[in-house]
Amino acid sequence: MINNKIEKYSIIVLLAMAVIYPVFSNSYMISVGVSILTIALLGQSWNLMSGYAGQFSFGHAAFFGVGAYTSSILYVDFGISPWIGMLIGMAMAAAVGVVIGFLSFRYRIKGDFFALVTLAFAEILRVLFNNTKALKGAGGILIPYKNDWSEFQFENDKIFYIILLLMVILATFVLAVISKRKLGICLIAIKESQSAARSLGVPVLKYKLIAMAISAAMAGMAGTFYAQYYGFIDPTVVFAASISVEAIVPCIIGGAGTLCGPLLGAVIIVPLQELSNSLFDGINGLNMIIYGLLIVVFIIFCPDGIYGTIVKRVKGEK
Amino acid sequence: MDILTAKDVCKSFNGNMAVDHASLNVEKGKITGLIGANGAGKTTLFNCLSGYYPAASGKIIFDGREIQGMSAQKRCKLGIARTFQIAKPFGCLSVIDNVAVGGYNKAKDKAEAYKNARESLEFVHLDHKAEELAFRLNTGEQRQLELARALSTKPTLLLLDEVMAGLTPTESEEMIKLIFKVRDSGITVLLIEHIMPAVMKLSDKIYVLDRGKIICEGEPKTVVNDPRVIESYLGKAGAAYAKNN
Repeated sequence: MINNKIEKYSIIVLLAMAVIYPVFSNSYMISVGVSILTIALLGQSWNLMSGYAGQFSFGHAAFFGVGAYTSSILYVDFGISPWIGMLIGMAMAAAVGVVIGFLSFRYRIKGDFFALVTLAFAEILRVLFNNTKALKGAGGILIPYKNDWSEFQFENDKIFYIILLLMVILATFVLAVISKRKLGICLIAIKESQSAARSLGVPVLKYKLIAMAISAAMAGMAGTFYAQYYGFIDPTVVFAASISVEAIVPCIIGGAGTLCGPLLGAVIIVPLQELSNSLFDGINGLNMIIYGLLIVVFIIFCPDGIYGTIVKRVKGEK
Repeated sequence: MDILTAKDVCKSFNGNMAVDHASLNVEKGKITGLIGANGAGKTTLFNCLSGYYPAASGKIIFDGREIQGMSAQKRCKLGIARTFQIAKPFGCLSVIDNVAVGGYNKAKDKAEAYKNARESLEFVHLDHKAEELAFRLNTGEQRQLELARALSTKPTLLLLDEVMAGLTPTESEEMIKLIFKVRDSGITVLLIEHIMPAVMKLSDKIYVLDRGKIICEGEPKTVVNDPRVIESYLGKAGAAYAKNN
């Protein structure tokens, strides 16, 4: 399941860091840790669909938001536990993913245009949720605080952290399993050359839709977690383009199409964000400029991401 | 017996008829060549046969079934495999994984897919590079990989689109041997080729395509001496020159 030694050791180190981290952390550091893990989860979600299968999404906020809203509406209006709501939200997100995917792939939209379509769908959902009373409109949803584990609520943020860590491990595990099986190899083949894959008997449309469904479900899971952890969602937050960006950035920094890339990317990017936030507190927007510059630098000088570059170096020297 | 029959296949791009009522028969167990000058429509016809895109009209019959409306992946399941003129290796997969993508076509599980893949790699003599990443292969090896991938789908009909383009004479020699070996293993071959000595040597029957139309068919010797064929390659003046000298 694990491809090579570098991957094995990277995962062990990252996992050990993630497990030890909460032991020595105050509440601020835990919140940073939750940010890291959220971005790691979104990153792995994006990684499957765009890193492995090569279908560049710029609209992962759509899945994130659908997950968040499904569980929250079910909880607030129908009293259904967010644990169950999370599963339903994942299914809803997957359904949205399949619909977007089917419409796009059916009409042969690919590459940049596919990215634009996903962005458009995320924006449509944001506007839709913002203006629909039945979906709570622009006011969003406030999750009532009950402090009951069966309601996906915990007094101690460290438990939230551990739950999220388990989700990231699950997502990484799913990716590891997929990447070694028929689905994973065929997805990479589709990324490299769709026509060659098709002529070798790969059911291209079906596999792309499966990848989108699983990817969307992961993002939906992150959405429910977000709603439960912060206790409040509204359309401009969960359907924001910035959520879509946060799914992409760890993969680009760490290395898309690799198992550890998004994890490593998340570990690097969030502390950098925090640092630039605190350093340039007074100057509005400067932290975003630095963030943007960083991405540009990475795309130019390190297109395989940090992890991807390391693997290439090691393999090349062997 | 014919394994593949194309009847009046047409395909146009923006009103430009690339393939114009082309008909051909591919006999089972034989090697059939398809030649023609650049832009004659060979690859377009190939793409219609393999399902890369649908033919605008006409019938394609494979093994007694009409397949013109089928997708490429369904045709592959039925037993039609192809290679591409410009090799399309899955660069970031290893060679064995590349071939396994094809190996899964008729395999029940992973073990069988990789067994198919290893057999195909041995068949084309590329098994020593199994663990190499595909983008590191040279042109000759990429061609071998294309062939191995196509073979691992367990086809009954193999469509080869200029497998010898860009190969050195020695590599071409090897490729010719390989194609004979493919035929001897019971797979019918239809090939497009520009290198005339190779086509002459390989083909049992040749079709000549000119501006989308089949202008000549027959045994290699007959075809190359046909004035229409010479004219299609050299033009009227060239044909006259060739005749006089």
